[in-house]
Amino acid sequence: MLNDPSQLPARVKAFSRQHAGPTMSERNLTHLKRLEAEAIHIFREVAANFDKPVMLYSIGKDSSVLLHLAIKAFYPAKPPFAFLHVDTTWKFREMIEFRDETAMRLGIDLIVHINQDGVRDGINPFDHGSSVHTNIMKTVSLRQALDLHGFDAAFGGARRDEEKSRAKERIFSFRNAAHGWDPKNQRPEMWKIYNTRVAKGESIRVFPISNWTELDIWQYILLEKIPNVPLYFAAHRPVVERDDTLIMVDDDRMKLRDGEVIENRLVRFRTLGCYPLTGAIDSDATDLGAIVQEMLVARTSERQGRMIDKDEAGSMEKKKREGYF
Amino acid sequence: MSASALKVQPLTEYDDNPEIAAFLAEQENKTLLRFLTCGSVDDGKSTLIGRLLYDTKLIFEDQLATLERDSKKHGTDGDNIDFALLVDGLEAEREQGITIDVAYRFFATPKRKFIVADTPGHIQYTRNMATGASTADLAIVLIDARQGVLQQTRRHSFIASLLGIKNIIVAVNKIDLVDFSQDVFDRIVAEYQVLAKGLSFQSIVPIPISARFGDNVTSRSKNMPWYDGPVLLDHLETVKIEQGLQDLPFRFPVQYVNRPNLDFRGFAGQVASGKVTVGDTIAVAKSGQSSKVKRIVTFDGDQPNAVEGEAVTLVLEDEVEVSRGNILVASDARPHVADQFSAHIVWFDETALMPGRTYYLRTETDQVTATVSSLRHRINVNSFAHEAAKSLDMNEVGAVNISTQAPIAFDSYNDNRATGAFILIDRLTNATAGAGMIEAPLRRASNVHWQALDVNKDARAMQKHQKPAVLWFTGLSGSGKSTIANIVEKRLHALGMHTYILDGDNVRHGLNRDLGFTDEDRVENIRRVAEVARLMADAGLIVLVSFISPFKSERRTARELLPAGEFIEVFVDTPIEDCAARDPKGLYAKAYRGEIKNFTGIDSPYEAPDAPEIHLKTSGRESADLAKEVEDYILRLNAYDDFTI
Repeated sequence: MLNDPSQLPARVKAFSRQHAGPTMSERNLTHLKRLEAEAIHIFREVAANFDKPVMLYSIGKDSSVLLHLAIKAFYPAKPPFAFLHVDTTWKFREMIEFRDETAMRLGIDLIVHINQDGVRDGINPFDHGSSVHTNIMKTVSLRQALDLHGFDAAFGGARRDEEKSRAKERIFSFRNAAHGWDPKNQRPEMWKIYNTRVAKGESIRVFPISNWTELDIWQYILLEKIPNVPLYFAAHRPVVERDDTLIMVDDDRMKLRDGEVIENRLVRFRTLGCYPLTGAIDSDATDLGAIVQEMLVARTSERQGRMIDKDEAGSMEKKKREGYF
Repeated sequence: MSASALKVQPLTEYDDNPEIAAFLAEQENKTLLRFLTCGSVDDGKSTLIGRLLYDTKLIFEDQLATLERDSKKHGTDGDNIDFALLVDGLEAEREQGITIDVAYRFFATPKRKFIVADTPGHIQYTRNMATGASTADLAIVLIDARQGVLQQTRRHSFIASLLGIKNIIVAVNKIDLVDFSQDVFDRIVAEYQVLAKGLSFQSIVPIPISARFGDNVTSRSKNMPWYDGPVLLDHLETVKIEQGLQDLPFRFPVQYVNRPNLDFRGFAGQVASGKVTVGDTIAVAKSGQSSKVKRIVTFDGDQPNAVEGEAVTLVLEDEVEVSRGNILVASDARPHVADQFSAHIVWFDETALMPGRTYYLRTETDQVTATVSSLRHRINVNSFAHEAAKSLDMNEVGAVNISTQAPIAFDSYNDNRATGAFILIDRLTNATAGAGMIEAPLRRASNVHWQALDVNKDARAMQKHQKPAVLWFTGLSGSGKSTIANIVEKRLHALGMHTYILDGDNVRHGLNRDLGFTDEDRVENIRRVAEVARLMADAGLIVLVSFISPFKSERRTARELLPAGEFIEVFVDTPIEDCAARDPKGLYAKAYRGEIKNFTGIDSPYEAPDAPEIHLKTSGRESADLAKEVEDYILRLNAYDDFTI
């Protein structure tokens, strides 16, 4: 399915070997090995303490890493929980293809939830704007799915380096019965001892890769050869410039405004979401090595392409208090 | 979209790409250091972190643009960039210009990746500082050069020491505001060394810095030619941390038993300390049983050994009994197994810690109910003096003895941070109420096994032809508890049953005459009565307890001392106006006049039961009628059993 390891250059093979397993009795673990072990430990704590956990799978690179870690944590068994994708119906087509291919390849139990009320009301990012669309098709939809299945713990791939309010969030993040987050009243999180006790109706969101950075994610993908959506790699794609962002025309639901022209540009995405809300960047990074190299000289943060964060500095915190992941 | 496009892009030949090749080579040796910044409010902790992120190029252009905009709106540094805004992420923090919660930040240099816990300086957020310290290997204590050592400097240094941090950097900040003076620096360092005498740090490195202008943060300052020590970042990159963890005895707390099929039974966990090799003899901590390691399983293939920090799955040679909460250990260096031990506690909860109250105690993978059997002393975190105390308030530190319902396996926290730590959880709110660090076992669990007696509870109950029970009457003073209990006892006695009444006032004249009416004493009062009631039920009696017992938590403790169904909560529900009007002992009148303090219902709370077995709403009803209801309950209970009268 992936590259044949024997084809890898000598340096990468040496790196993989060093990363993969011990050869000596005394050795220091690399920072990635420590981050991996921390995430695996968290996965197992949740599986041991909750009746019905679920992993939120959003198809992006962080979800790919999270899925890979979940499989490692329970090997040789399969992860003892289901996977959930909250589909806004506005994801890139290539994301959906990749999602279905991944679920089949790994043989995991993937639930897809769509907010049918939103579909009935025709909610979309063009007419209703990013915040209404995100609220109804993502935040409300997620709450519906969690309530419908009675999940008591949900894994997510959020990282603390993404955004300021994330930096303050615990790994085990407590939610009240209305899925709300109270940032001023978080449980102290001591050592690796997690307080997993919740009352009926309350739940916990769990972020195993809280302490990873964007660069850690790509390095890990490189080392572990984790498959990803091709949209992360540069290719010629049809885009229009809109509000200082490059929006890809992924299907005919996108109507051009006056003066807009579709260009075929060499672009890629640093982050993936709903296509009308996700900006592309000009890039010629067509493989993992080039992406890592690009990151080493990058001067903008990955959420720069995310329209939903732009309103004001506190906007992510507001969404999270309302139950956004 | 063709199917081929779904394949991962091939790795290119990195040997042709010097930048990537160098990058990958760098990663092979990059280690992880977790540290925290602490100190008093306004000492510049957030500014220092902002400076480190900025100087190591971890701030991106769009973040910088946002920061410039926010600096004008909320900044405290005129039109200059206020680095603190970069890390104070919550809206309330930005508005108030202070740090409330611990924030985690990340930066990396070619040598190390760093996880920084930026912790609050204000006293009321001390618990968040402890949170940051629990996972840190090193602490940077910031001191404002103009202020010198403050109370919060002492408090944070003490907590860092208590939580086992061995390496300290004393960053004397804002040195630019005292003209880069060596005298000021030397004086503060001397002051800190006096403070640190009573603490258990291994190394203290003082560095004069200006976080705002970058002096001695990432590059050597030209303004302080007199300083020849290390620059902050160089020291962080090179300081040796936790080298000894692999040399400690092997400890493997079992998280999860992995059993995908009948042929595989593995114990999943993360090596807490030491190392293990296939073929090693290990022991199961709680049972003492031994076995050998057969396989060390990971997704990437079996390993010949595993060291501290690795998450693996162990398969043993023999079918030994192991479940979550147990620890697999080196057979020649075993941990303690005990149900009583001494510990230090940092209290987090708004509800004070009270000896006698029960909590859930949680170690990394084990959970038991536990009682703080005694509060030996409180530690004044400013003077480090030991003080007598009856309870521990939020942010206070104390030395306690703990007794658990079942033995747990542990090491002393000084020997092993991973296996010597625990948290206490409030059983009603599920809040993480406190954090503990174990000192030593108090006695071996094996010595306290109950004597198995031939004449047991069943035998004693059988002889009396009744089912033992504890009728627990709770309600306000003057609600009618004792009146009703007296009638019930007379009727049961008349039916030939064996009973006894424990009455609040009577017990206070004897067994509990050393107790007053503070919250702590009320908790102890109820604990003793509950224990006496349990012994009497064990003797086969039907016990009628008539106590105000205002707190849910203590009633729950009493309930849990008894087998299910034996504790019968009788809520004597009389409105306080009726009680005060009745006032049989004239107590309400005195309480209203302020002559009695801590009077339940007036200046001390009464927590009504949520689901009592018997709920007596007394308004407009006769005592005899109410007593009949209780009597019927007991008769029904006995009718269902073999002890039919």
